[in-house]
Amino acid sequence: MTMQIADSVSLSTPDAKARLHAVAARENLRTEPKAVRIAIISVAVLFLTVFVVLPLVVVFARAFSKGIMAYLAALSEPEALAAIRLTLLVAAISVGLNLVFGLVAAWAIAKFEFRGKTFLITLIDLPFSVSPVISGLVFVLLFGAQGYFGGWLRDHNIQILFAVPGIALATTFVTFPFVARALIPLMQEQGTQEEEAAISLGASGLQTFFRVTLPNIKWGVLYGVLLCNARAMGEFGAVSVVSGHIRGETNTMPLLVEILYNEYQFVAAFAIASLLAMLALITLIAKTILERQLDEGHDARDH
Amino acid sequence: MTIEVRNLVKKFGSFAALDGVDLKVDNGELLALLGPSGSGKTTLLRIIAGLDWPDSGEVSFNGEDALARGARERHVGFVFQHYALFRHMTVFENVAFGLRVQPRAVRKDEAAIRARVKELLDLVQLDWLADRYPSQLSGGQRQRIALARALAIEPRILLLDEPFGALDAKVRKELRKWLRSLHHEINVTSIFVTHDQEEALEVANRVVVMDKGRIEQIGSPDDVYDNPATAFVHGFIGESIVLPVEVTGGAVRLGERQLNLTAGATASGASRLFVRRHDMLVGPPGSGAFDGAVQHVRNFGPVQRAEVSLFGGETIEIDAPRDKELRQGDRIGLVPRRYRIFAG
Repeated sequence: MTMQIADSVSLSTPDAKARLHAVAARENLRTEPKAVRIAIISVAVLFLTVFVVLPLVVVFARAFSKGIMAYLAALSEPEALAAIRLTLLVAAISVGLNLVFGLVAAWAIAKFEFRGKTFLITLIDLPFSVSPVISGLVFVLLFGAQGYFGGWLRDHNIQILFAVPGIALATTFVTFPFVARALIPLMQEQGTQEEEAAISLGASGLQTFFRVTLPNIKWGVLYGVLLCNARAMGEFGAVSVVSGHIRGETNTMPLLVEILYNEYQFVAAFAIASLLAMLALITLIAKTILERQLDEGHDARDH
Repeated sequence: MTIEVRNLVKKFGSFAALDGVDLKVDNGELLALLGPSGSGKTTLLRIIAGLDWPDSGEVSFNGEDALARGARERHVGFVFQHYALFRHMTVFENVAFGLRVQPRAVRKDEAAIRARVKELLDLVQLDWLADRYPSQLSGGQRQRIALARALAIEPRILLLDEPFGALDAKVRKELRKWLRSLHHEINVTSIFVTHDQEEALEVANRVVVMDKGRIEQIGSPDDVYDNPATAFVHGFIGESIVLPVEVTGGAVRLGERQLNLTAGATASGASRLFVRRHDMLVGPPGSGAFDGAVQHVRNFGPVQRAEVSLFGGETIEIDAPRDKELRQGDRIGLVPRRYRIFAG
């Protein structure tokens, strides 16, 4: 009851009226006619539907076109299982390596001053600006039979190209900016004071890292790992160059999709593709959640 | 704990942050490092804490070489200007941090840690905030928690880097008084850095005035205010009237006019005359060292601040008591009650 009275009183105060006017004025400031607004929004929605939603729907439609049994059968083919296993293995290796590399690089860039820092930052972005095929070719030039280390590798009976190490290397190269890129701005913004405080309170380097640094950057780390993983599992170009396409051995999921498609095994191709599409959807959802967490951390720092 | 610093030099590229600094701090002292930004005061504090390293020079605690140890082993409590509280920990865990990271052999058990944290939160009068996160506290509360956290390890020395610099004026004044009484209570050797002269003069037992990586003067608050050792100190602490004068064999000239002042031991040549605003006494024209006309008068509480243009051409501001009202256009004579002349 009291609340209602208070409300009606506050509405009739000049202050509240002014506020209502302000809101109305802001509405009027949007000068575009309603038709234009609807047109612009429709174009955006239509574009997204045609280029993003439709392909996604097609993938799942084709995957299930012969029924769920055919779908499951395609996924339990030994070749398909091998590709899934290989993709998971390669992703685990490259995400692991890039997590360590990204942490070290971000730490170095954010917390120390040294010569060539700008150059290092530019270098980290290199894989983004180079075509993945070129990235793969570099490894062929290095480790191929005719490459710089080819002879030595053959003499010591080490197989890098057309084997898991080559695929892991190429994937790691292509995905290495993700973790570092997610962490550098975060760590630069946070500075070194909390670490200095921890050390002056008697914490060791490891204690400082695990109790102070890591908790502060954990959402950033997860964000980087998520994007890194999505790209590692989906990488086609670089991996295609170094894999050799040995069936059941060096085919990752994206490579297998291409092979099956070229052999007109549409259900099998789209079944594997649907797994990758699901990975993308999960990544998207997780990314949204993580971004919200990062923003909250940001807000908390501001006041 | 006494601190001794000898001939400390620290360069950042070609910029000398510390250019040969010597300093002795007595046990239980509350010392202020005062200077403008870039004077090297924070660098000196960080080197004492072990957060930075000098290019050359010595630092010793109780006669023991401190540079041989890292920040971790120095047992120095450090309070940062921007608090540097661990943002993902509660206030309680922030204060407990120093106790929890101790080596297992000397670490207190959980009950003892809880008791100690409670005691510290009581000391800074914020025990009711134990479960909050730093982002939920006001600036003044955060700084008090930062202080409690630094005190948890029972530091041998307490270092505070512009502890109140990020706070608003009212909170700053309260915390100053509080820091002074806290120091009285715990009596640990403390150094704090500030660029605010009022803060230094009000809180510290002794003030070290720094400029351009060097110590200009060390003395009690009264000392640095009443007997500034250098032109810089005179200009930096308190508000001063500065006039360019010419000294010849003890006689002082301002432009063409001979002044009724003595230069004492100041060497002949171009010099500067320093007078505090309130040390200029007003008399009838022709009676003092200077003659001038009042241009403008404003009242500031107990004093009136008058802008006076001297007949030599310079314009100065003086603070006069309000018992004799000055008016615009008045012709007056001025006698400096106290003054200093520095060569150069």
